[in-house]
Amino acid sequence: MIGEGIKSTNQRKHSYVQDRVEVGFFTDPSVCIGCKACEVACKEWNQVPDDGFTWTGNSYDNTGHLGASTWRHVMFLEQDRPKGNQVVGPMSLDQDPFRWVFLSDVCKHCEEAGCLEACPTGSIVRTEVGSVLVQNDVCNGCGYCVVSCPFGVIDRRPEPLHDAGGAFKCTFCYDRQKSGLVPACAKVCPTESIVFGRLDDLRAHGAERVRQLQENGYSDAQLYDPTETSVRGIHAFFLILGEPEAYGLPPKPQIPTIYLKSAWTSAFATAIASIIATLVAFAFFS
Amino acid sequence: MTSEQRLEQLREKAWQEGVVPGRGVDVVGGPIPRRPGYYGQPVVKPPVWTWEIPLYFFFGGIAGMSAVIATGAAIFHHVDLARAAMWLAAIAGAVLSPILLIMDLGRPHLFLNMLRVFKHRSAMSMGAWILSAFGACAVPGLIALELHARQIFPGPLDQLLRIAAGVFILGAAVFGTLLATYTGVLIGATAIPAWFLHRTLLPIHFGTAGLGSAAAILELVGHRIAALNFLGFYAAAVETGLLIWLSANKHGAADRAIHEHGSGWLIRIGEILNGPLALVLRFFAFIPLAAISFLLGALISRIGWIAVGKVSGSDPESVFAAERSSPVEL
Repeated sequence: MIGEGIKSTNQRKHSYVQDRVEVGFFTDPSVCIGCKACEVACKEWNQVPDDGFTWTGNSYDNTGHLGASTWRHVMFLEQDRPKGNQVVGPMSLDQDPFRWVFLSDVCKHCEEAGCLEACPTGSIVRTEVGSVLVQNDVCNGCGYCVVSCPFGVIDRRPEPLHDAGGAFKCTFCYDRQKSGLVPACAKVCPTESIVFGRLDDLRAHGAERVRQLQENGYSDAQLYDPTETSVRGIHAFFLILGEPEAYGLPPKPQIPTIYLKSAWTSAFATAIASIIATLVAFAFFS
Repeated sequence: MTSEQRLEQLREKAWQEGVVPGRGVDVVGGPIPRRPGYYGQPVVKPPVWTWEIPLYFFFGGIAGMSAVIATGAAIFHHVDLARAAMWLAAIAGAVLSPILLIMDLGRPHLFLNMLRVFKHRSAMSMGAWILSAFGACAVPGLIALELHARQIFPGPLDQLLRIAAGVFILGAAVFGTLLATYTGVLIGATAIPAWFLHRTLLPIHFGTAGLGSAAAILELVGHRIAALNFLGFYAAAVETGLLIWLSANKHGAADRAIHEHGSGWLIRIGEILNGPLALVLRFFAFIPLAAISFLLGALISRIGWIAVGKVSGSDPESVFAAERSSPVEL
């Protein structure tokens, strides 16, 4: 993988779609240089319209957040914590602890996907490689997936952008994968901060990378892959330094379908109570 | 507006501390921003729904519960009331509701895709089917009832119409109770903290507000009978209870959109209008005023719940608080 150059999984042709192998992204901020090539490659390959050039004032991040027209988003975190084994103090180069962390965010392609369960048209489907795909020609823009995603990834594209009205998010470059190509963002990543490959390989690789970093002084390195919650793991998972909150990632994401049972119970009880109240009203008060 | 004095202050501060924290100084080399989460960006996406959706919640609730009142009226031989209620059900449920829902779609011409699949785990899909089934019962039910009430056809055919009206109105009532309550499930089973934390309350509120609103409209068009007055009392009493529940069952930062901001005021005003105020007005027999108060409250609280979703969904701390503090029982 990393360091394999043109032989790495990011550059090889593959047949994962035909072989029905679960694939994923592993995104590692410790080697990300914040070049945003992934954002550019994603926009160009998928012909995603530009959604405004605005200055946020948030470090070098002028992208803001994932949305209908932003499928990769490089985050720039400025934290007053030591980076790895950075030496801080009057005798060193750095007076105060400081680290600048870059992480390329993307749709998580959940094992149990909130958007997929919520979609009333069947527009959102699971592909052969285990990714979650919106079929643009089926989506009628009801907006229910938007509030059902625990990660705030998918959104409805507003007017006057191209193809407005539908819900959009990362496609995991399904079109490229069908032809044996690697997703555009992983293909262009110069440091292989984004690694594409078989999900089980990536999970092993991620755990190994966390161990390496912790040995090298990054004591708060951990994997962000919520397998313990009802989301049951994500196919595009991350290595993070520090707490997930700092990256705008939910600490314990839940798929909203777990709330259905109590909500429907309450709805049925209300339905029955209303019928009884009406019958009582007409039987005893007329 | 910076005065000379302020410039002096800034110079002093820069001299003493090396940095000058202030608004608009979030640049590289400046102080580290301390907004919650990632630069205060929302963690989940707020709803994209606009004014059509709260109005649909309002009219869908009225339509569904009108069919229930029509059934009660038909069973106990209030034919005129049953007719008025079925007109209300058909207009609000089979005309206004679909129009509002289609208007809110990003691609209205693809509205038929709503009936492309049947997914019991999607409240939106269930809602589309419930609304369709309701319309398919309410419209023929109304036609059969009108034909029967006006005695258009003679003898056995009229008898048949009577049975058909009964079956369709009963069907409309069954789907109507679901139409009025599923909207609470719809927003309760989402990733928006202030919504999912109150997923038990929402269907009760939406359903009961629908019942009270249907009774209120029927009263306002002239059906001033004791049965509707009782339903008005029942709905206002339940809403008063829900107001108390909502005030007692606070989740701190996780659902502060309900208790703070403009959205909190909408909820409070709505709940007071259709809860205690409607109850008191009805107690002193100001029935039209009580009906108007209840209807206004029901409408405002629907608008309020969508506003709550927008505020809560845009607030990263509400998501963190909900997930860190309250373990979700599966």
